Amino acid sequence: MSDIAFDEEVDITDKVCPLTFVKAKVTLDELEEGQILAIRMNDGEPVQNVPRSIKDEGHQILKLKDNEDGTYTLYVKKIGD
Amino acid sequence: MSDAIDYSSLKKGGFMRQKQKGYFSLRLAVVGGNLTAENIKTIAEVAEKYGHGYVHMTSRQGVEIPFIEFSDIEEVRGKLAEGGVKPGVCGPRVRTVTACQGSAICPSGCIDSYELAKEFDERYFGRELPHKFKFGVTGCMNNCLKSEENDLGVKGGYIIDYKPETCISCGVCIKACREGALKMEDGKVVIDKSKCNNCGRCVKSCPVDAWDYTPGYIVSFGGLFGNQIYKGEQIVPIIKDKETLFRVADATIDFFDKNAKPGERFRHTLQRVGEEEFRKQIQKAYEGV
Repeated sequence: MSDIAFDEEVDITDKVCPLTFVKAKVTLDELEEGQILAIRMNDGEPVQNVPRSIKDEGHQILKLKDNEDGTYTLYVKKIGD
Repeated sequence: MSDAIDYSSLKKGGFMRQKQKGYFSLRLAVVGGNLTAENIKTIAEVAEKYGHGYVHMTSRQGVEIPFIEFSDIEEVRGKLAEGGVKPGVCGPRVRTVTACQGSAICPSGCIDSYELAKEFDERYFGRELPHKFKFGVTGCMNNCLKSEENDLGVKGGYIIDYKPETCISCGVCIKACREGALKMEDGKVVIDKSKCNNCGRCVKSCPVDAWDYTPGYIVSFGGLFGNQIYKGEQIVPIIKDKETLFRVADATIDFFDKNAKPGERFRHTLQRVGEEEFRKQIQKAYEGV
């Protein structure tokens, strides 16, 4: 499957909960509405919880890609300012 | 007229005898861990004026005011009533119904725990039984309120139904599921119902609401967490409606009332008389026959 085109990317594999979500949120805050962010995160707790937290913030999740190296990339469209 | 103190009647009214002679720790009625600001102000005033200026938060979301003198009991009752605070209960009866904040407040909640705790409280609180009987309600699989340590515990869950036409095949639910019950096949989610534990994480994580769901009640029976420890057991499937839930709770209380010896906890009654008859009655109540 081809990757989704994105405007910005952020790697949160260097953070642990809750800073995973905080780092992703700070990056999202800097984007314009409609722009797409690619968030690279670790398997396990981050991939179980970060997508849901992003959803709860009101953003639109487009896809979760398995990078097959123990990480996943979540593609998110920013909704609202 | 005797001046002898009737301890069992005081226990019924929430007065726990302290080791210090003539003093009682007054247990208050709390449902689901919530008190109004007015309640708290009144409790603070009573603790300052009649107690030692502090309260004790109990392990089951209750509040006790220690160091109430026997001679002040009636006055204290009156003061508390003015602030809408009712005495709790000790002794052989239905105790405080505990609850988490549930779906009304908590993003993880699958059921409105507090609302259900109030309904249990109205239906059963203080009911006289052979021994204490504890209800607890927790909103989801995270189990903050420790459902299985209660005589009757309720845990919220979701009964799920996948909507393939809405699904964008993003894969988030597959990772959100901790039971390994979901997999992606040809761009659609396939559910292994035998692994699903009704936690609802798939529903809550889905970005496009590609799930229909019904909140349900997972009931556990016969938990103990005191001198002996026993994990309450689920013996009927997740319950979909309150009518059935109350029928099952009624049947449980009735069984305990009829079969328990005085001073015998529910688990020990089940162990003594055997679980078979209880399971039969609960199955009947579950099916509504």
